[in-house]
Amino acid sequence: MDYFVLIIAAIFVNNIVLAQYLGNCPFIGTSKETGVAMGMGFAVVFVATMAAAITWVVQRFLLVPNDLGYLQTIAFILVIASLVQFVEMFLKKAIPPLYKSLGIFLPLITTNCAVLGIAIICQRKQFSLLETVVFSIASGVGFLLALVVLAAIRERLEMARIPQSIQGTPIALILAGLMSLAFFAFKGMTS
Amino acid sequence: MNRLWKEFSKGLWNELPPFKVVLGLCPVLAVTKTADNGFGMGLAVIFVLTLSNMLVSSVRKVIPAKVRIACFIVIAASLVVCVELLMQAFAYPLYQQLGIFVPLIVVNCIILGRAEAFASKNPITYAIADGLGMGIGFAMSLTVLGAIREIFGYGTLFGVQILGSWFKPFTFMVEAPGAFVCLGLGLAGMNALTNWQRRLKGLDAIEGPKHDCASCGMCNIK
Repeated sequence: MDYFVLIIAAIFVNNIVLAQYLGNCPFIGTSKETGVAMGMGFAVVFVATMAAAITWVVQRFLLVPNDLGYLQTIAFILVIASLVQFVEMFLKKAIPPLYKSLGIFLPLITTNCAVLGIAIICQRKQFSLLETVVFSIASGVGFLLALVVLAAIRERLEMARIPQSIQGTPIALILAGLMSLAFFAFKGMTS
Repeated sequence: MNRLWKEFSKGLWNELPPFKVVLGLCPVLAVTKTADNGFGMGLAVIFVLTLSNMLVSSVRKVIPAKVRIACFIVIAASLVVCVELLMQAFAYPLYQQLGIFVPLIVVNCIILGRAEAFASKNPITYAIADGLGMGIGFAMSLTVLGAIREIFGYGTLFGVQILGSWFKPFTFMVEAPGAFVCLGLGLAGMNALTNWQRRLKGLDAIEGPKHDCASCGMCNIK
């Protein structure tokens, strides 16, 4: 039951983009087409989960025993950057079809603050390893959901006549604001 | 001297982040609940951006091109750790307010974007001027956005009550939806201003700046 609450909270109540303001660059940047949005979303779910699990191990068995807690930021970003490189090389060799659909998004993910953000949130909330994995999958799914919905709306807007100054990024941000308002209704569902 | 001023001043208006160069949106949305927070975040970014530009520029001839991005990340991350420790020592309430967005400065596209696009190609004095200008521009934008949201959301400015007791706080502005809508309208206003200026000069209107992940060097990581 705890895990169910954790999942619902991560996907809807504290949606990583719409309530926690993380990962906005890819959220605005890759939401022009639904297909691209799907690819990016799944890549984030995949990398965020692996990154959160590995950084949890790094924190617990490397940083804390050696009293190096202040190096958390630098250690985490290095782990994520090298992880992304490894995943890219592995997918290229082992699973070429998957690499074709996710490959172009992988380099974008290193600077996706959602990935580093999820890893740090897990540490600050002092989750266990299993909770970390569940939370990061759910957060990734939340990101995927928000991204695909925004992409679907923006596809519809292609044909609409919008004042010139609002075209592009401004309308995407205003749409995100309206989506965020809708997600606001979930506030208070979980503590 | 002339060029030094040019590199410094472009960040203040012509390439003002995040309105003219749409980068680093997460902290812009997250920490502009109040003008105080926006200003504090801006100071942290000025510190990291100026020093990272300086360090990147000073080692630009030593670093092999293939591993340059990794080196930029390490430089930025070490500076962010310095900021974290300094804030914990001297500005703990602010550190708690900003939360995870202090460590997340390291993945702010502005830092790596400037390192890749400018500091790694230019001498150290220009790199410092560029970092300082961009940082100050970013801090200004954050403070202004924070001030607007704070005035409407709480009726205060830098924590001082400025609207009378008749004022009912418009809570929408300080919550997540307000952040998105405010930034969107801010960008739209900036585009409208640019086009109005162009029309005065007899030029055609142009589309606003694209949000472009590619302008941050990380995407070319190989």
